[in-house]
Amino acid sequence: MCLAIPGKIVEISSDNQDSALVDVVGVRRKIDLGLLQDDKPAPGDWVLIHVGFAMSKISEQDAADQMNTLWMLGEIDGAMQEIQGYGLEDVN
Amino acid sequence: MRFVDEFREPALISKAAEEIRRLTGTERHYRMMEVCGGHTHAIYRFGLKDILPENIELIHGPGCPVCVLPMGRIDDGLSIAQRSDVIFAAFGDMMRVPGTQGSPLEHKARGMDVRIVYSPSDALKLARLNPDKHVMFFAIGFETTAPSTALTMMRAKAEGVGNFSVFCNHVTIIPAIRAILDSPDMRLDAFIGPGHVSTVIGCRPYEWIAQNERKPIVVSGFEPLDMLQSIVMLLRQLKAGEAKVENQYKRVVPWEGNRAALRAMAEVFQLRPYFEWRGLGFISQSALRVNDKYAEWDAEQRFAVPGIRVTDPKAAQCGEVLKGVLKPHQCKLFGRECTPEHPIGALMVSSEGSCAAYHNYEHRKAGMVSLNSVA
Amino acid sequence: MSAPAAVLAESAPVRFRDPQIEMAHGAGGKASRKLVEGLFAPLLFGAAPGPLGDAAHVEINGTPVAITTDSFVVKPLSFPGGSIGELAVNGTVNDLAVSGARAEALVVSFVLEAGLPTQVLEAEVRALAKAARDAGVRIAAGDTKVVEHGKADQMYVTTTGIGRLLPGVSIDPCSVRAGDKILLSGPIGDHGITILLARGDLDFEADLRSDTRSVLALVETLIHAAGPGIRWMRDPTRGGAATSLNELARDCGLGMILFEDQIPVRDTVRGACELLGLDPLHIANEGQFLAVVSPEYADAALNALSLAQGGSEAQVIGEVREQPVGTVLATTLYGGSRIVDMLVGDPLPRIC
Repeated sequence: MCLAIPGKIVEISSDNQDSALVDVVGVRRKIDLGLLQDDKPAPGDWVLIHVGFAMSKISEQDAADQMNTLWMLGEIDGAMQEIQGYGLEDVN
Repeated sequence: MRFVDEFREPALISKAAEEIRRLTGTERHYRMMEVCGGHTHAIYRFGLKDILPENIELIHGPGCPVCVLPMGRIDDGLSIAQRSDVIFAAFGDMMRVPGTQGSPLEHKARGMDVRIVYSPSDALKLARLNPDKHVMFFAIGFETTAPSTALTMMRAKAEGVGNFSVFCNHVTIIPAIRAILDSPDMRLDAFIGPGHVSTVIGCRPYEWIAQNERKPIVVSGFEPLDMLQSIVMLLRQLKAGEAKVENQYKRVVPWEGNRAALRAMAEVFQLRPYFEWRGLGFISQSALRVNDKYAEWDAEQRFAVPGIRVTDPKAAQCGEVLKGVLKPHQCKLFGRECTPEHPIGALMVSSEGSCAAYHNYEHRKAGMVSLNSVA
Repeated sequence: MSAPAAVLAESAPVRFRDPQIEMAHGAGGKASRKLVEGLFAPLLFGAAPGPLGDAAHVEINGTPVAITTDSFVVKPLSFPGGSIGELAVNGTVNDLAVSGARAEALVVSFVLEAGLPTQVLEAEVRALAKAARDAGVRIAAGDTKVVEHGKADQMYVTTTGIGRLLPGVSIDPCSVRAGDKILLSGPIGDHGITILLARGDLDFEADLRSDTRSVLALVETLIHAAGPGIRWMRDPTRGGAATSLNELARDCGLGMILFEDQIPVRDTVRGACELLGLDPLHIANEGQFLAVVSPEYADAALNALSLAQGGSEAQVIGEVREQPVGTVLATTLYGGSRIVDMLVGDPLPRIC
């Protein structure tokens, strides 16, 4: 029941602001935007879909940041160890 | 698939695995619980245990809403649907869960009108399309799903759809985690925190785990990279002697949660004083019922239910497996009397149940020579 | 299911204990196998019938002939890419093809529901006729029954096909060896997901069509290029590729390993499966086949298929191993592995 999947908003229904057509690799379904009333998504936005409702907007920036962090895994610690070896206090 | 494939990138998986190995070392044995059934499923589906070093032990938690539902509640829901004018609607996951007289699918074979729906709004749509019938939606799920049920009921009320009701079995995650930590048999070092529940409740509700219980908890996504990164974050905390709540699933989980979703839940539901959880017993303030404003859409208020408590078969050790005290294959019935085709408990039926995951993905590998030479 | 012909075999004891028939018994997975092995096989084929294949080989005056039958109960009758008429022809032609035979003639029987519009029946019979012409098989005879309204969901169709064994190939699960390669003719999951979407219950839409087609030409191409190396073939319908391969693993007493990233699946099918929590390996196909080929012939086999009409997406998806016996594994991209089990339950009823 945790099953939730990212989908892209294709269009918002003209007759119902809370209903949108979403696309998940070519599979399309109408989903309910009622839980995102405080932060309405627009066509082109990515949302997390669970049982036909959008739960959250997906932040492309956070996803990209995460990717960067992952690519630097191991390298940050290596760099940190080296710098600590220099006896510097604050490395941020 | 965007936002999925990137988090399955093999090169990054190797990096993360290497970092975990570096952090784990050899002296210490780490016990981490993944609370959420979706995480349990991901671990097996992606073969993550093969990637992790042996001294990291992943313990499966009770975060599978189908698994923790007592049999009596299934019987209650089905008893309402015995009426010929009632349509029983539920998610696919519920269909094979056994009640004392059989599962919803078995009842369907005997003539009950049982429909699989993907969304509570599909159940409401069924009600609109079948005005001469009553559609009863058998609602399950944690806080991830409860807001959607709530919003659907708000829509039913607003539109005056009278032939629709909800049999509410929504449960809340924090009391379950508390019950795990209160359990004397459980020794845990850290938690891989629920990902999708947290999109609704945010990360604050876990602060007591870090502050009072001194256990690190990282709210985690469900892709392999998400889980491995969460384990890296937990290991870093443990090695530094820290205990904090961290959010690994930032791209989706807002620290403050989803206010609109919480509002919908507050509008429609209230906490039950107590609720029985399979394996964990009665837990207070751990489940939701429909409040009086929405009584007309509450199946338990519209229909009489037997409300009989049904205990699990003595030999079934669902409770201990749910708490993580036993591994699935350590239950005496596992793979013998209890299999996916003939499940005794819901843990063997639900796609998120640890017994099903273990049986389908893992147990025949036990005793096999390492597969490193495969690809 | 078919067994090597045993004339007037003594019935063996029934081992099937379920008190009633459930939808799962028709899903093509574990429950189906239990019903077939526990009730039908003992009563119809006697004790120890051996591996059950897609078609049976019988000898008529010394000429080996293959015969098979299949029923079609798909709902809805018509869907993107085809309809029950096409399935009824292609399904049986394919069962014969993967048992190494070319279909010569089909007989078709209809069970019709009173109230079925003639227009619908005519459309399906036209589709059936066209599919037969396209497959190069003649419809030799037929039968029709009508039942009361509500007793047959519009129409059920059964086809029985008879065909001549193709030279140069012998299908036998017992000939499978460790090291053999597993080939798949094209993307899996198209048919099952198309049907699921066409039902309309789940409100999803996608540009997807059933893959229903005759695979005879591709099978003949494969036999021509790699005949002596072909050990086994099957068309993975209900229960999907996972079920077919698990049955083979059990029948030949070996293990299998699939390379997850080499299994062809269309993005749309993958997306629908992710959305619904389904595994493409468990989804029915109506226009694909699996083949196990010896390593010496595997390259030639794949080349021939990929150059043939309709075979461009063929792939080697795995290998046969000694261990684990009777089990199919899939490697994940990261060196991890998981078991791929036979289908349990019935996620997609009335799929073909």
